[in-house]
Amino acid sequence: MTETWLLRNLRAVRGRAYPRIVGANREPSWVFFDIVLPLLTVAAYAYIYKFMDAPKEFVGFVILGGAMTAFWLNILWSMASQLYWEKETGNLSLFMMAPISRMSILAGMAVGGLFFTTLRAASTMIIGIVVFGITLSLSDPLMLILVFIVTMIALYGMGMMFASLYLVFGREAYHVSNLMTEPIYLASGFYFPVKALGFWAAAGASIIPITLGLDALRQLFYPLTGEQYQFLPVTVEVAILAVLCVMFIGLSKLSLDYMEKLGKSTGRLTLRWQ
Amino acid sequence: MTARSEPGKNMQPAVETRSLTRVFHPKKKKEGKSVTALDGVDLKINRGELFGLLGPNGAGKTTLLKILSTLLLPTTGKAFVAGYDVEKDFVAVRKRINMISGGEISGYGLLTVRENLWMFSQFYGIKSAEAFSRIDEMLDLFGMADKKNEKVRTLSTGQRQKMNVIRGFVTDPEIIFLDEPTLGLDVNASRVIREYIVDWVRKKDGDKTVLLTTHYMAEADELCDRIAIIDGGRILACDTPENLKKLVRMNRTFKLDVTFMKDKSSLGSIKGVDNFTYFDDSEKELTSLKFVLSDEAAVSDIVSLVLGRGAKIVSLQKTEPTLEDVFIKMVGKGFE
Repeated sequence: MTETWLLRNLRAVRGRAYPRIVGANREPSWVFFDIVLPLLTVAAYAYIYKFMDAPKEFVGFVILGGAMTAFWLNILWSMASQLYWEKETGNLSLFMMAPISRMSILAGMAVGGLFFTTLRAASTMIIGIVVFGITLSLSDPLMLILVFIVTMIALYGMGMMFASLYLVFGREAYHVSNLMTEPIYLASGFYFPVKALGFWAAAGASIIPITLGLDALRQLFYPLTGEQYQFLPVTVEVAILAVLCVMFIGLSKLSLDYMEKLGKSTGRLTLRWQ
Repeated sequence: MTARSEPGKNMQPAVETRSLTRVFHPKKKKEGKSVTALDGVDLKINRGELFGLLGPNGAGKTTLLKILSTLLLPTTGKAFVAGYDVEKDFVAVRKRINMISGGEISGYGLLTVRENLWMFSQFYGIKSAEAFSRIDEMLDLFGMADKKNEKVRTLSTGQRQKMNVIRGFVTDPEIIFLDEPTLGLDVNASRVIREYIVDWVRKKDGDKTVLLTTHYMAEADELCDRIAIIDGGRILACDTPENLKKLVRMNRTFKLDVTFMKDKSSLGSIKGVDNFTYFDDSEKELTSLKFVLSDEAAVSDIVSLVLGRGAKIVSLQKTEPTLEDVFIKMVGKGFE
């Protein structure tokens, strides 16, 4: 690996991240679609919990979950499906023809998507906190940052892996993303503590990094709730997330290489409408 | 690195294929038969050449370009670009090439023209300052300077294709593949692009090579140093446009308008004249003479005889075989 190779790939990451970063400013409609609309779902759950006289923390849990839905939707629609859309517009062949690692393109998509989505998630969370008068008692900000980082790396690693696998599904990718929206909201406990599903169901759902990430974030924002709602201790969840980071990034590299090889041999890499 | 020989890479042909074959198999048997898109293609393109690939739809032109640009693997045979094997040394090949296709809709509509071009330059590791400098220079050259801060989605078809052409050339490739780059463009946009392509090849002292596929015979004739005619995945002929035209042994038509000429006897019996017809236009006081020649040498005898009979030549027209005639002879049909 030479300095030139590294620089070229870093520039490629920056280049591919750029449209997503500037897109945040150029399409202001996202404020309505990505903040106001998710808040309506959050509000529905928040009012249910209030009506039931559930512990105050539950409204906070819902707001955190609502904010994290932005990341999951970004993974499904702007990471997993992205290479398929890039193929349709002719960008994919230009990416594939460039003298860079294909991982740089995926990493650029991930970095840009992460920036773009963090803005949305933070906005949802701040507005939710203000509207519903939520009090957070953050105990360990460093651990919070660590949890967020490993969750995002694992999550976007998973998105990178899906991106190449979705090329296999072609036009069916749209349905796969639809199939993975609501079921994952349920399985990952976006609007309730995942512990409620029972240990084995929650353990199975932990393959989606957001499950453990969300559980850990809730524990860090509400340390006084103790073991009552926690699925696993935060340190264990961070350790598992770290393993998922390595696993998903490794698998994304393998699946991308496989897809490129398959695409080049079958000719499907650059054919539209497949 | 498995290039044939590392030293003297620049002495290698820009493109070389040996018995290159590509077969596409259907995903499922019931979806039809396998298609042989390329069938034993042998081709050598020299550095500094503007080489044309002429063929009807489905002839194998785009398949060949995809293999050369490392997007597709050959089924059998070998292909080398800048001396590197496209299958094994694809990274070395990718550093040296770029491709532009007609009707391309690449890029992102929310970016400006300048940003879009910069983004693609980043995939080739070009420093931002250098990239912007090249982009601004080329936008100016293509008459697009006033569009540089416009969003890509607002561009017309011609402007968009000019942007695509800049995208391909801004990385300063050694070899560029142009897949019908003027497809669907108006006369002006096509002319700007053609002029740029020719300038780019000629100004670089044999360092740069263009492989162009086109449907437009006149474009191929005007631009290309050599042309290969491809059909059914096979190269049917490969030579300079002039030599290709010589392959068509057709009768030349020679038309002569002269001042009124009363005596037309013996014009039809000149050696090399296969057929002779005439028309007297008494109103204009002109005589139109039309000869079908089997031998062009007959022209001088015709002119001498006409002048010897006191007539003056008003106009003279000779029809030459065109690339289209060559194409029809080779392929057996014209473009649809």
